[in-house]
Amino acid sequence: MNTMNPGISAEADARHKSDAVIPVAEEKPEDTVIEEGKTVGKAFADNPKYKLRHVDVSYGDDRAIKNISLDIGRNEVISFIGPSGCGKSTFLRCLNRMNDSIESCRITGQLLLDDEDIYASKKDVVELRARVGMVFQKPNPFPKSIYDNVAYGPKIHGLANRKAELDDIVENSLRKAGLWNEVKDRLDANATGMSGGQQQRLCIARAIAVSPEVILMDEPCSALDPIATARIEELISEMSKSYTIVIVTHSMQQAARVSHRTAYFHLGHLVEVNETNKVFTSPQHDLTESYITGRFG
Amino acid sequence: MNNQSEQAEIVRRSLKRRYRKERRFRSYGILAIALALGALIILFADIIGKGHTGFLKTTITLDVEMDSERMYLEDPTNPDEVRMADFVEPLIVSLAKILPDATEDDRDALRGLVNAYSANQLRNELTANPDWMGTTQTITFLANSNVDVYVKHKGDDAYSIKLSEQQQAWVDELQERGVIETRFNDVFFTSGDSRDPARAGVLGAIVGSLLTMFVTLVLSFPIGVAGAIYLEEFAPKNRFTDFIEVNINNLAAVPSIIFGLLGLAVFINLFGMPRSVPFVGGLVLTLMTLPTIIISSRAAIQSVPPSIREAAEGIGASKMQVVLHHVLPLAMPGMLTGSIIGMAQALGETAPLLLIGMVAFIVEVPEGFFDAATVLPVQVFLWAGSPESGFIERASAAIMVLLTFLMSMNALAIWLRKRLERRW
Repeated sequence: MNTMNPGISAEADARHKSDAVIPVAEEKPEDTVIEEGKTVGKAFADNPKYKLRHVDVSYGDDRAIKNISLDIGRNEVISFIGPSGCGKSTFLRCLNRMNDSIESCRITGQLLLDDEDIYASKKDVVELRARVGMVFQKPNPFPKSIYDNVAYGPKIHGLANRKAELDDIVENSLRKAGLWNEVKDRLDANATGMSGGQQQRLCIARAIAVSPEVILMDEPCSALDPIATARIEELISEMSKSYTIVIVTHSMQQAARVSHRTAYFHLGHLVEVNETNKVFTSPQHDLTESYITGRFG
Repeated sequence: MNNQSEQAEIVRRSLKRRYRKERRFRSYGILAIALALGALIILFADIIGKGHTGFLKTTITLDVEMDSERMYLEDPTNPDEVRMADFVEPLIVSLAKILPDATEDDRDALRGLVNAYSANQLRNELTANPDWMGTTQTITFLANSNVDVYVKHKGDDAYSIKLSEQQQAWVDELQERGVIETRFNDVFFTSGDSRDPARAGVLGAIVGSLLTMFVTLVLSFPIGVAGAIYLEEFAPKNRFTDFIEVNINNLAAVPSIIFGLLGLAVFINLFGMPRSVPFVGGLVLTLMTLPTIIISSRAAIQSVPPSIREAAEGIGASKMQVVLHHVLPLAMPGMLTGSIIGMAQALGETAPLLLIGMVAFIVEVPEGFFDAATVLPVQVFLWAGSPESGFIERASAAIMVLLTFLMSMNALAIWLRKRLERRW
């Protein structure tokens, strides 16, 4: 458990109370000028899984991501935090090209996964997504049986030749997702009948069934209750042994609990990246500090 | 505090007005529904009231004596000669026997009681059973359609009775004695069209409709669904696809008779396909149904939640796999419902088929896609325009048959939707 929990610290609480009566007189964080492409903290790593340089994303004329450079290490859990609309989800979706289906979306810069350009014209997006799994904000199991949900990925990628192999993959994935004991007797039941937390763990099982190298999680717990959230967080900590995990979250406590490094996004800029405890105990940038102390968000 | 209680008072006063408004709004709705239901009930009452007698036929059962002399036969054993015999005479004789007040002058009046086809019927039966010659057989004939109308609609001003007073008296008497009876009209369901209302049936039209619908379904469903999938999932969004989209929506609103003209010009005149055949009818109705199917299929595809699509893409399904494995199964109920509604529309369509000649008088039940045929709504159209009063009830009866088909198709649509619907 991280001792620093700024969101609910007494100091922040006091400030919240006073905010309700007197408008803040100090300079607004929105006014802070951010220098494009300048990131405070430790953005780069040796031998990274992802090497991202000068990434720019725009929807039509809107620039959603402005010149971001970042490394994501192997078997690292990195969390993206920041206020709504800061571009953290957009950036996450660049990592497995989920933005491809949005026609107005244009991406420039260099995005390397194991030194291969994932936006290279000859790069196959299907292969990329088999290596980079994704878990979404809202649990989205297929309206099929629990078994079929997990087996779908291995089936389409041809990872299992026999039924027994497929059964093994399904069981292993469900075990890793901590769901096996709950569902082993009703694998044929429709997945949509499960609880929200179970559905999300099923989605995780579905993602790891194709043995990806990276798992992207887009606010995986925002639709879940605290107990289900705790289970998923436990799961993330366990999975970090074998996967690189990138998680977008709105909960700073969650970022503090699960991630090795934390990246703070603001209006399309990557403002600060550092080891998680450093970001939360001694943020180097004013904006980061304002955000984690709850002055805006 | 004062201010607040004043406000509460204002709110309380406005409540009454709001509730009144709400009640008024609700009563408009109820009124509208009541009007619609009332119109529907009147329509059904009229059709059923007129049409139910169409499901009854009037028969006349006679003891016919096959007397070779009366049939002007010299050699009753020669089948060729038997076929040329006079079969009207035995009917008149047997009628005269049970109606003792009939005289020699009443031959034509007596003959007017039995169906014009009865002599043919007698010939067929005698040819099939040559040993009947010289015996007396009890045979049930269809009554003349004038008798049919008289028996069913005595005293109804809407029907013109074409029987003389003497004939009417005979029919009354024969009915009392059980010689003339009404029973279930199997003829209506087992024969094609006829000039004689008593012998007219809808089987030809039903088979014609089924053949036409089959062609329509086989062509329009795959083409419509494929078109919808392409437009929705694969087509780039540009001016050209926008143009196509607008035109599909326009086509859905084009009057159906225009499609008939198109069919006439293209399929019959240009391609030289035969007239009046279910195949061409099916092609024309396909053109008419396609926009409906495409529009409803696109709506069904759009209603598939994007989260399912993302989930499939997220684990590396290709575009094709996303569509085939996830989008299509989820959109299928909507597509099927739309298609069945479109088909039901096509089943009730008359105008375009008139133009490609499916309005011809066709007695034979069609046996294939290239046999001349007519369809149920056109049959209704034909009968409704016929002068014989016997066709009034048959037109209504045919409407009931048509409505039964339409309702079963709609019921099928509802059942399929309930059955295939999957929740997410």
